Amino acid sequence: MSELYVARHPAAAWRRLEDEVIVMAAQESWLFTLNEVAAEIWEAADGRTPLASIVRDRICEKFEVDFEQAYRDAEELLRALAERGIVLLSETPLEAGAP
Amino acid sequence: MSGLMERVTQKALALGVPLSVHLDLTWRCHLSCIHCYLTERNGRELTTAQLVRLLEELAECGTLFLLVSGGEVFLRPDFFEIVEAARELAFSVRVKTSGTLLDDEAARRLARLHVAGVDVSLYSHRPEVHDAVTRLEGSFARTVEAVRRLVAHGVKVRVVQVLMRMAEGEYSRVRELAAELGAEYSLDPTVTPRLDGSRSVVRLNASHAAWRKVFEDPELDARPEHCPLSPEPQEAAQTAPEWDSLPCSAGHTSCYISPSGDVYPCVQLPLALGNVTERPFREIWADSPAARRVRSIRVADLPICRSCEFLNQCSRCPGLAYLEGDLTGPSRLNCEQVFARTGRRPAPLAE
Ligand code: SF4
Ligand code: SF4
Repeated sequence: MSELYVARHPAAAWRRLEDEVIVMAAQESWLFTLNEVAAEIWEAADGRTPLASIVRDRICEKFEVDFEQAYRDAEELLRALAERGIVLLSETPLEAGAP
Repeated sequence: MSGLMERVTQKALALGVPLSVHLDLTWRCHLSCIHCYLTERNGRELTTAQLVRLLEELAECGTLFLLVSGGEVFLRPDFFEIVEAARELAFSVRVKTSGTLLDDEAARRLARLHVAGVDVSLYSHRPEVHDAVTRLEGSFARTVEAVRRLVAHGVKVRVVQVLMRMAEGEYSRVRELAAELGAEYSLDPTVTPRLDGSRSVVRLNASHAAWRKVFEDPELDARPEHCPLSPEPQEAAQTAPEWDSLPCSAGHTSCYISPSGDVYPCVQLPLALGNVTERPFREIWADSPAARRVRSIRVADLPICRSCEFLNQCSRCPGLAYLEGDLTGPSRLNCEQVFARTGRRPAPLAE
């Protein structure tokens, strides 16, 4: 499995409200929320930490889930968000700069 | 309000989060709009460092939506530094400007910073009428040029028209102009008293006939500029829910901060909660007696409005009521609008 890196899109505006994250895609004026698990990934999505590490360190233990399953779910979610231009996905580390 | 926005606002209310903040950076302006609400021009202003610290505090408090306005924001040499700091802190930033100082480089930078949008005011589609409002010759041309520049760089622009008597018949032309320029359009039907309560500008308001026309226009959502939509408390009673409703979002999920750091529930409600140079914002927001007072008011506490038959049709603004002398009283300007809309006089106008 090749590494996958994820970064929040620099256009996104976001804030954590208790257990979820509210994201606003700037030009779209499109608002959505990320649940507890997705919020953890979002906050860790700095473009430099491999997704596998994020899932292992921030998801598996905290939410008591199996790595394979959690990784598959995370990847699926991130691919959907990438399609909508909310996150950037890459097989090599991404430039920092996302808020 | 979209369902999700409603839910987020609800949650912010439950958590005591100031979700939307309107921050004025400067008192200064090179325009002299005849209806401007600011009464100060040379007051003290927060420094860059104080503003950046304030933004950090707001982010910690959970603020997501930030409206940056003035005065003319481009008169602050550190304007971009502040917007950059705000975007680094992941705020959704809207900028309000006359656009008259906005060059191509500024439009490009705003695009690169991914601001959520820029609001500019146009008072008429006729240059001479617009310039008579701003009292700056050539301002119409410069504002229109700024809209073009911003749109060309992919920045979302909203043309805001405050409806005034001298241009009251022309709002559809301004709306057309906004569309031609590739901008959104929004209409604020009310010229409000100045922040010191002086009412001389209220006479600039449109006639009842013009008000009726805009209120009946299905394509318009005529509402106060920068008025965040109001959350409803979850615990609203089943029997008469409107009695438990909040008068509006001011002081509940939104607030205003002046260029000198005074915190108010809303730009339209100048009831001082505290100053950020004297106390951390978080404490002012959570603890000030004035904030608690504003938060305690429910529609049931409005002695006249609660039994007004037009309550559900009225967009009563507590700030206007406050400027007329009583935070829980009726706002005669809103009563006038109800009269314009329905042809019937609410009680305060019959006196
Ligand atoms: S019409 Fe006047 S009295 Fe009636 S609810 Fe509105 S502000 Fe209050
Ligand atoms: S005080 Fe008036 S302008 Fe401000 S949020 Fe309330 S209704 Fe809107």
